[in-house]
Amino acid sequence: MPHANMPSRQVVFATQGVTKVYRTGEMIIHALRGVDLELYAGELTVMLGASGSGKSTLLNILGGLDSATDGQVRYGDQDLASGSDRMLTAYRRDHVGFVFQFYNLISSLTARENVAIVTEISRNPMRPEDALELVGMSERLDHFPSQLSGGEQQRVAIARAIAKRPAVLLCDEPTGALDSRTGIKVLEAIAHVNRELHTTTAVITHNVVIAEMADRVVRLSDGRVSDVHVNAHRKSPAELSW
Amino acid sequence: MRIIHRKLLRDLISLKGQVTAIAVVLAAGVMTLIIAVTTLDAISLTQDRFYGDYRFADVFVDLKRAPEGLAERLREIPGVDHVETRVSAPVRVEVPGYPDPIRGKLLSIPDGRQPTLNQLHLREGSLPEPGRDDQMLISEPFSEAHDLRPGDTLTAIIRGRLTTMTVSGVALSPEFVYQIGPADLLPDYERFGVLWMNRRALANAFGMDGAFNNAVISLQEEADAASVIDAVDALLTRYGGTGAHDRDDQASHQFLSMELDQLRVMAIFLPTLFLGVAAFLLNVLMGRIVRTQRQQVAVLKAFGYSNGDMAVHYGLLTGLIVLIGLVAGVGLGAWAADALAAVYMEYFRFPAISFRLQPQVLLLAVAVASGAAALGTFHAVRGAVSLPPAEAMRPPAPETFRQGWLERSRLGRFLDQPTRIIVRNLLRHRMKSGLSVLGVGLSGALLLVGSYQFGAVDDMLDKQYRLMHTMDVSLYFSEPTSAHAVAGLLHKPGVHFVEGFRSVPVRLANDGRDYRTTILGMDAEPQLRRLIDTRGQRQRLPREGLVLTDYLADYLGVRPGGTVRVEVMEGHRRTLEVALAATVSEPVGVSAYMERRALNNLMREGPAISGVWLLTDESRHAELYDALWDAPRIASIGLIGEAEAAIRDYIDDTVLVMMGVLLLLAGSITFAVAYNNARIAFAERARELATLRVLGYTRGEVGWILLGEIAALTLLAIPLGWLLGTGFALALSEAMSTELFRVPFVITPRTYAFGAAGVLVATALSVLLILRRLRGLDMVSALKTVE
Ligand SMILES: Nc1ncnc2c1ncn2[C@@H]1O[C@H](COP(=O)(O)OP(=O)(O)O)[C@@H](O)[C@H]1O
Ligand SMILES: [Mg+2]
Repeated sequence: MPHANMPSRQVVFATQGVTKVYRTGEMIIHALRGVDLELYAGELTVMLGASGSGKSTLLNILGGLDSATDGQVRYGDQDLASGSDRMLTAYRRDHVGFVFQFYNLISSLTARENVAIVTEISRNPMRPEDALELVGMSERLDHFPSQLSGGEQQRVAIARAIAKRPAVLLCDEPTGALDSRTGIKVLEAIAHVNRELHTTTAVITHNVVIAEMADRVVRLSDGRVSDVHVNAHRKSPAELSW
Repeated sequence: MRIIHRKLLRDLISLKGQVTAIAVVLAAGVMTLIIAVTTLDAISLTQDRFYGDYRFADVFVDLKRAPEGLAERLREIPGVDHVETRVSAPVRVEVPGYPDPIRGKLLSIPDGRQPTLNQLHLREGSLPEPGRDDQMLISEPFSEAHDLRPGDTLTAIIRGRLTTMTVSGVALSPEFVYQIGPADLLPDYERFGVLWMNRRALANAFGMDGAFNNAVISLQEEADAASVIDAVDALLTRYGGTGAHDRDDQASHQFLSMELDQLRVMAIFLPTLFLGVAAFLLNVLMGRIVRTQRQQVAVLKAFGYSNGDMAVHYGLLTGLIVLIGLVAGVGLGAWAADALAAVYMEYFRFPAISFRLQPQVLLLAVAVASGAAALGTFHAVRGAVSLPPAEAMRPPAPETFRQGWLERSRLGRFLDQPTRIIVRNLLRHRMKSGLSVLGVGLSGALLLVGSYQFGAVDDMLDKQYRLMHTMDVSLYFSEPTSAHAVAGLLHKPGVHFVEGFRSVPVRLANDGRDYRTTILGMDAEPQLRRLIDTRGQRQRLPREGLVLTDYLADYLGVRPGGTVRVEVMEGHRRTLEVALAATVSEPVGVSAYMERRALNNLMREGPAISGVWLLTDESRHAELYDALWDAPRIASIGLIGEAEAAIRDYIDDTVLVMMGVLLLLAGSITFAVAYNNARIAFAERARELATLRVLGYTRGEVGWILLGEIAALTLLAIPLGWLLGTGFALALSEAMSTELFRVPFVITPRTYAFGAAGVLVATALSVLLILRRLRGLDMVSALKTVE
């Protein structure tokens, strides 16, 4: 299988010295302590790290959901670190698909509507039904989140993220709350999108097994990148088990 | 429909409890505005139309007798437009089957046609036929009180002769919109009526052929009323004129004006208060709704919805809620105002009520409601969008709590864990707890404002009729009479005690202000008509000098020690300077008093009295009336019990109906606020409570955390409500003081208890509704869902 990262190595994200400091009351938390990282077009990156190592923080910054305290974050030729709220909104609207660890579906909308609410404001979206088909949720179009299992909700969340055909897909522990069988289904959906749409994809997990489906594995510990590893062979999610 | 709008509608439906609560608060505020302003507008508009269409006169004068030729001289006075001369006479009336004495006021109309001024609105029947001396028109309220229709007969005692008269028609006059007998405070439709007869017949009966004893005058536009009045007085004093006056001293107009003044005060004060409170609550409540959706905002933002999109989204949500509240408020308000105006029409007799909704009032309601709601929404939306989406979406981080006094204090050791949770939550969210307490407190304050007048009015009337006016019958003589008459009256059936009084119509003036009233001359320490000073103590009349109701002294700007100009309007008209000796505090009406002999001296007369007060045996009233009936000098018989009942009815019907409506609204607001607080508290705690349930806490223990918090907030809110309500009530009492009555600022313990009970009941009801939800609390899903 030709690796997406091999031929072009076109850089999509480039960060330099990114730090993030949280201040709550008297506590100061250094969530990121200088992250230098590049993500390439079309590749599937898995970010590994212990809980609290800063994975979500980094992903949120890449997705324009949060801003870095210091350092540079480039997306193509845009500078996310210094972007205005308006620019970040446009960036999120036009380029990013996000999958949250806790799904974050809107409870008052059905599966189809949860996807449609995003496609409505996109330039070149899929039909919500097609996006749900892609994640194997065609049967549950008109169910409300409260009528879906965790895995189903997460797949709707993935459909919602990919329906706009985003250039990048960012997934924060998409299987964290799922059993392994359901988790694998969700990962298949992600891998499928990555392959078919050439979406640059980053998946956060603390589950080492999942790293085997990646083109590259980035390890975070204590707010820094501690290791980057290129998988010679990328497994399909169906081959994984935990 | 766009999905985001669909979300809007679904949110609206799923939040229906809170949406309803907010709409109720808003509707109540808007209703108050519509009711107060529209009622005021309806009455004053109706008044304007009636006065205009039926040519209500501008200047009024009574005199003894002047030849008709003098009318021409009156017309020549510069500024005078029309002059209508009339014959007016007091008359005693008997209606078949009605036992009590009835006083009538007979007025002439030109034979067979409408007068030029003070024209009559015929409700039924027709004017007396020309040349007939046995037909009369009667006023509508009088006809209703005795069920008299055209063709029915009644008996009038005209100059001692019983005369049978036929009712030719029923009429309304702009002169008697408020139909009140002389010296009465309130209308008594059964015992006082206005009657109109042909001029020739009436003049004939009272020896007024070719003469008149009353004139009404209309002015040209831009004429100066004061100079016309002076000219009229100059002309008529020789003929026993008692002083011309303008509309301000015309009984019906004066009462109507006072009522309108009072309504005007209410129309400013009450909507300001209610709408103000509603606006504040709207602001808080909308803010809370939006805050509960913080995570949804974050998700939508994460997918590229802009801050502007979110503002529009929640703006629409707010707009819809405001719309619901406005529509309900305007609709119910118009309905209630219509009903209330109809109540006023019982007392103010107009041909038809002109009712309209003024667009500027609607606009004001829309502006205030939308403004307040938008402010709350805007704050909350700004708060929600200003957080980076990443942060807003995190499951709420454990909040920072610190070791506080609770841990250090001895009390802390006795508290169980759930109770600690309550106390910490309250202390942690001081701002939010504070707003909740303020919200409930404000609605409790409205309850107090809506209810204190019930107790206060009782207090006022008790003071007036149990403490001050202790007579049960009052008699007026047709002319000042020797004080010896008292002895004669003591022998009448059922009379226990008689006290004579002198009453002199005067105009009091000081400092450019003047007021027409009567000086009541009484014994230094009258038994049946007590005077009370500001401290509630009985007050003796000083041997010399004038005593005024404090409200009147304030109006005239005079203090004890100063002097007042007294213009006597009876007999020989003279103007004197009289010292003000003291003031008395009286809740109803305004009066002037003097020791009787001092007043006699002032009038340069012997020991004369104008009437007497009686203490009687009520079971012998029928006998007494028969006996009094035959006494020729008695002009009127007043029953104090009836007067008291009348004033209680009047206040019940007008002020208290208005207050009743307000109370209802205050109750709705209180419930809405309590319910909303409980709902929000539940929504915020649901996860925590579910977790505790998972950990093995019972429903009761978990419920206590929720209820304890609500209960603590409520208990704090009650005294705050008392405090705020007392302030509001004080302000309302001040604002509503009029010549007619001054509701004292009395808040009875019962009122406080009522306010507190209202808040407690509203809270208990809300809690019951919430407990149903607590029972349905699904542990697993509550832990799972992050919206
Ligand atoms: N909004 C926040 N406020 C305070 N501390 C935070 C916040 N978000 C994350 N942190 C802290 O930053 C560190 C990294 O968090 P996170 O990126 O979520 O880790 P991971 O996703 O790897 O588990 C943790 O110590 C976490 O407690
Ligand atoms: Mg994380």
